[in-house]
Amino acid sequence: MTVTEEREVGSPRRRKEDARLITGRTMWTENVVLPGMLHLAILRSPVAHARITHVDTSAARELSGVVDAFSGRDVADIQGGLPCAWPVTEDMVHPDHPPLAVDEVRHVGEPVAVVVARSRAAALDALAAVEVDYEALPVVLDLEAALADGADLVHADKGTNRSYTWVFDSGEAGTGEAVDAALDGAEVVIKRRYRQQRLIPAFMEPRSVVVDPTGDQYTIWSATQIPHILRFLVSAITGTPEHKVRVVAPDVGGGFGGKLQVTPEELIAFVAAKRLGKPVKYTESRSDSLVSAHHGRDMIQDIELAARRDGTITGLRVKLLANMGAYLGLVTPGVPILGAFMYNAIYKIPAYRFECTGVFTNTTFTDAYRGAGRPEATYAIERIMDELAVEVGLDPVEVRRRNWINADEFPYTTVAGLTYDSGDYEAATTRALELLGYDELRREQAQRRDSGDTVQLGIGVSTYTEMCGLAPSRVLGSLRYGAGGWETASIRMLPTGKVEVVTGTSPHGQGHETAWSQIVADQLGVAFDDVEVLHGDTRTSYKGLDTYGSRSLAVGGIALYNACQKVVDKAKPIAAHMLECDPADLEFTGGQFRVRGNPDNGKSLADCALAVFAAHDLPDGVEPTLDADAVYDPVNFSFPHGTHLCAAEVDTQTGRVAIRKYVAVDDIGRVINPLIVEGQVHGGVAQGVAQALFEDAVYDADGNLLSGTFVDYTLPSPADLVDIVTDRTESPAPDHPLGTKGVGEAGTIASTPAVVNAIVDALRPYGVNDIQMPCTPERVWRAAQGGGA
Amino acid sequence: MIPAPFDYARPSTVEEAVAALADEDAKVLAGGQSLIPLLRLRLAAPTVLVDLAGLDALRGVHSDGDDLVIGAMTTHASVLADPLVNRYAPLLAQATGTVADRQVRHRGTLGGSLAHADPAGDLPAVAVALDATLEIAGAGGRRGVPAADFFVDYLTTALEPGEVLTSIRLPKRGEGWSTRYEKFNRTAQGWAIVGVAAAVRRENGGIAEARVALTNMGTRPVRAAAVESALTGASADAETVRAAAGHAAEGAEPTGDLSASAEYRSHLARVLTERAILAALGQAHAA
Ligand SMILES: Cc1cc2nc3c(=O)[nH]c(=O)nc-3n(C[C@H](O)[C@H](O)[C@H](O)COP(=O)(O)OP(=O)(O)OC[C@H]3O[C@@H](n4cnc5c(N)ncnc54)[C@H](O)[C@@H]3O)c2cc1C
Repeated sequence: MTVTEEREVGSPRRRKEDARLITGRTMWTENVVLPGMLHLAILRSPVAHARITHVDTSAARELSGVVDAFSGRDVADIQGGLPCAWPVTEDMVHPDHPPLAVDEVRHVGEPVAVVVARSRAAALDALAAVEVDYEALPVVLDLEAALADGADLVHADKGTNRSYTWVFDSGEAGTGEAVDAALDGAEVVIKRRYRQQRLIPAFMEPRSVVVDPTGDQYTIWSATQIPHILRFLVSAITGTPEHKVRVVAPDVGGGFGGKLQVTPEELIAFVAAKRLGKPVKYTESRSDSLVSAHHGRDMIQDIELAARRDGTITGLRVKLLANMGAYLGLVTPGVPILGAFMYNAIYKIPAYRFECTGVFTNTTFTDAYRGAGRPEATYAIERIMDELAVEVGLDPVEVRRRNWINADEFPYTTVAGLTYDSGDYEAATTRALELLGYDELRREQAQRRDSGDTVQLGIGVSTYTEMCGLAPSRVLGSLRYGAGGWETASIRMLPTGKVEVVTGTSPHGQGHETAWSQIVADQLGVAFDDVEVLHGDTRTSYKGLDTYGSRSLAVGGIALYNACQKVVDKAKPIAAHMLECDPADLEFTGGQFRVRGNPDNGKSLADCALAVFAAHDLPDGVEPTLDADAVYDPVNFSFPHGTHLCAAEVDTQTGRVAIRKYVAVDDIGRVINPLIVEGQVHGGVAQGVAQALFEDAVYDADGNLLSGTFVDYTLPSPADLVDIVTDRTESPAPDHPLGTKGVGEAGTIASTPAVVNAIVDALRPYGVNDIQMPCTPERVWRAAQGGGA
Repeated sequence: MIPAPFDYARPSTVEEAVAALADEDAKVLAGGQSLIPLLRLRLAAPTVLVDLAGLDALRGVHSDGDDLVIGAMTTHASVLADPLVNRYAPLLAQATGTVADRQVRHRGTLGGSLAHADPAGDLPAVAVALDATLEIAGAGGRRGVPAADFFVDYLTTALEPGEVLTSIRLPKRGEGWSTRYEKFNRTAQGWAIVGVAAAVRRENGGIAEARVALTNMGTRPVRAAAVESALTGASADAETVRAAAGHAAEGAEPTGDLSASAEYRSHLARVLTERAILAALGQAHAA
């Protein structure tokens, strides 16, 4: 029997990786310097759609310091194409996506030619000497116009701008009733169109890649979230045997889904390194990053809610147009489809239909961005729940309460076919209302309305759930995703009793080294500082599925837990041998094997580690190692939830929105490290608030990205946010031995509708029922002048 | 990105700086907070950068009779901390406190801000409101240009090629004057969508004199003359101020961009002018 004494799990340990991350004294990809390393610069398309009629790199090649210069045409046969791992329908239109454009460019920022030189400066200077002539083609930007008959085409050879239409219908799937009937006979139907503006992930560390060809081995350092997937796909795309490719994601400075990609730049660097037989580095500038790293969101959401007069929902129909951009990235088509399972949210909805059409436009391709499909879904449902509340004359909390799944109804199979594991929406909401001082703020709101105050107060409610722990491999298979969803962990017991953990997750700011150490410290009874967590190098961590979708702890944490149990199981006969007792009489607590009933006599795991190292006296047939591997494939997603409340003051004279108080009560199951959780919630809320108020990637009518620098792409700073009041309720995940769920995306998912609901709530007396995001001062001011904006 | 190649000069006197600027494509480098981004984006590619960092004479604040003289190379942070500025030109100190963030304020200079003449920059309107004189040295000698004439157009000033802005001269505004810079931006450290620099002198409970200049209401700072005349000699009550502020956008030609339309800018100019004047008068605005 194993009794774990939990000292580390639950304690707010400071993150062990932070000293090196914060000071920057660590190995970022940009810090990799190799003998003879060359530098690559990329010439990008200045136009959104054009035929390349002429490219000449010869003048660039003559310049001092330049080693090579080439265009897409020079490498057309060998560069391969970028992968899309999620063909969501059988007939999905999947255009070729060459890393370097060959005959045509389809968005501003698309790579056209490269220069390789002995210094970065020489490479950049030489870009000006590359000649390219473009013949303009019509630019497709508007999603609805793109689908019209006779529309101009992004990919003329495909004959359509539609990539796919994906449908889920509860009537057809047998998970509920048919939605048309529900809508036809409804007492109340609310119909809205919401727009998810385009966002840019804007990770702190720009993308960077170094490719080193030594012998027939290729080592790729990349600022990526997905070293394992990258290795597999580089091998597949370039035809390099997998064992000849090593990928290293050293410390990576943020991703938010933006580095969940196999990028054109990675393949271009690979092609250049292979051509030249020399290590090549490419590090993007911020301007390049904003225009070429994949974007997120960008959808039109048509949503219809049917309900009874008492506020009970009877049906939900969702129709999406999702902007793919010019190409399909790694999981581009799947992102909106993750949302399909989330529009029904925490509510009991008898009939549901979801339909999503992916549309090509002449813009940078979109793909995962923190929450990926789930924030969009949560936004639409939580916005329309407020509209329902107004329509039927209920408080927004009450209308939710009348529809949500009650704590005693878990596990609960939803109309979208998922089985929610656990939760208590009432508990989280009650706590959030207390912390906000909801009733008092409602009174203040009434006073301000009565007195015609120029500053109005609004309260936004957002109750959410999300699917974390991506994902059961079978479910992924049924959704036509190209890979599984398992995760791995290995434990290596060193002879001195220290522990090396190898994880298949790939942290890029999440603090896995700390949380994993806490788990191992408790499970193996070793000191927190005696655990080293290794990750991101396919040579040490040869197997894994990386970090995204709030999966690392929810899936990788179970693999880690299981690996720990295996180590203990292996050590037990060895300890028994040393203690001269029957293994069945041993118990393991606090890192010691002790004979039950005899607490004084024990052997530690370190004693066992040393014993297998010497291997002088082991029981017969025992393999001299304590090391263990585990791979875990989840049986279900996990479903954290929570209630976020935002009180916002709206200056009706200027349109300025000031968040007065923000409360986040999250239920993410058991918590390994409250400090890390707090950080995830804060960062997530900041990004969600940023979508509500600040960020917008805007193209002009010619397809130029207007918000191409941080002057125009408005990221908030800490000074723009308020202190976030956080608290937690705890509904342990029944499928996880540690009870944890996942928290990486929660804040982003919950906060955007909370903020917009608050602003709309403040302006209800002005006839406002919606404001397009981001709710800029001008939009809010216009809304306050009379209705929508 | 990396700037295009350039030569670098670091003079130690104004005369040497002027000489180094003889090259037609030479450019002055002060704090670099506006220029270096332009170089990195390769929107500017001067042949020579003449770095004024070695010109200690252009740094610091001193009193000269009825005037305050601020060296062009004085950083925003030094301006903010300076007791003379806080006493005689608190409007400049307050507006400088809204410029960017701490890091930028420790490198960016007052002279650089004025010479750069960004319509969204906060300090040009302040210089106009305070009736500053910009002191300039060039091959032909020294001259002074009133702020009202210095700002010519978008990123364009009265500085001729080869000239250096050496200092900013401000009439001291002590007794009776009160001031306010009201800035409206989308993020706390962002550029102004609109800004209003207001200075009023009170006498016998009324307003004896008013100076109001607007940021980002055109390609250069705009004097709100109609507001000034409506306030001069008027009583200092909220109604009067509101009525006067209603004229704020008259004569301005704001442009529209990603963060605001021209119409909204005009609206903001009126609201912020009212707020700036009320705040200068020590009255909270109505909201
Ligand atoms: C992130 C960021 C945010 C900012 N936000 C704001 C803001 O909110 N409000 C605001 O007002 N400003 C803002 N700024 C600009 C900042 O105030 C700069 O410091 C200022 O615009 C330029 O000053 P500088 O000393 O850095 O000049 P530089 O960048 O060195 O020079 C700017 C221009 O002026 C010329 N020049 C400089 N000094 C002289 C001189 N003595 N004689 C002749 N020509 C000269 C240069 O040749 C160049 O053309 C911001 C800057 C940054 C980077």
